[in-house]
Amino acid sequence: MADRRPTERPRAADRTRTNSGPGRLLIAVYLLFAIAATSRAGLQIATRFEAAPMAYLLSAFAAAVYIVAAVGLGRAGRTGRLIALACCTVELVGVVGVGAVSQARPELFPDETVWSGFGSGYGYIPLVLPVLGLFWLWRTRHDLDRAAASRPRPSRVAPDQSFGPPAT
Amino acid sequence: MTEASATTSAAGDLPVDGLLTAVPIALSLLVAGWALVATLRHRAPDRAQFAGLAVLEAALLVLTVVTLIALGGGQRPDEPGSFFGYLTTLVCLPPLAWVLARMEPTRWGSAIVCTICLVTPVVLVRLQQTWTVLGG
Repeated sequence: MADRRPTERPRAADRTRTNSGPGRLLIAVYLLFAIAATSRAGLQIATRFEAAPMAYLLSAFAAAVYIVAAVGLGRAGRTGRLIALACCTVELVGVVGVGAVSQARPELFPDETVWSGFGSGYGYIPLVLPVLGLFWLWRTRHDLDRAAASRPRPSRVAPDQSFGPPAT
Repeated sequence: MTEASATTSAAGDLPVDGLLTAVPIALSLLVAGWALVATLRHRAPDRAQFAGLAVLEAALLVLTVVTLIALGGGQRPDEPGSFFGYLTTLVCLPPLAWVLARMEPTRWGSAIVCTICLVTPVVLVRLQQTWTVLGG
């Protein structure tokens, strides 16, 4: 039945990989939101685009941001982290901005989007998610430096091949 | 929620009701609870969680098959688009949890299983709503 052994404590070197541990949970939630927002936007645009084009295009944009954020967090290289940083920032600005506008001028958003009412339709998770994402990126900010430090530096001279068969 | 929809659906003879959704919801919450305990105890996803995910997926596939049979029999959900969207998402959730939990053999793997098993009942309830709306 249950595995009685606690999981080994991760070593310091891989404790803060952007795309593992809590990061992987974050990616899972981003994937769920990517699926939810994409299918919702796809359906709205396919069936009743004329009703509220701006709201539906915004849904589609939010969906794209979630997908790209999930990919960025999953790649977790220098580019991936930059992409994730950009996406989380856009999300945070989007959810706060759209939330505020949908409260002040509801007529601009006749139909719900993921970001309407600060994400209230989705349990305010759209509001919390970018904050968690930014926090996680900040927590793992030394991730790449540490990985680079533990990797052997590339040698500028050609490898010595006087012993044994040449490396292929 | 389930009783209410069961009474509505008794009138409309809807397949997505009662046990068909109650069983996967209960299973999902059970797996979520077990995964939460594992997370709090720093345990990686164990065999019980993977078995739970498999049983949950089986229950969801039974639901899908019954739904497809009902569709074949001429019944239609109110919003077919949303209905099939939810149904497709639903069937993909346990495998997603499985794959991610396999990739992450730490407490966070259990946290992923817990999260996805908490999302599944929400999707199930939404699915039930798209179907019940039509029938009544």
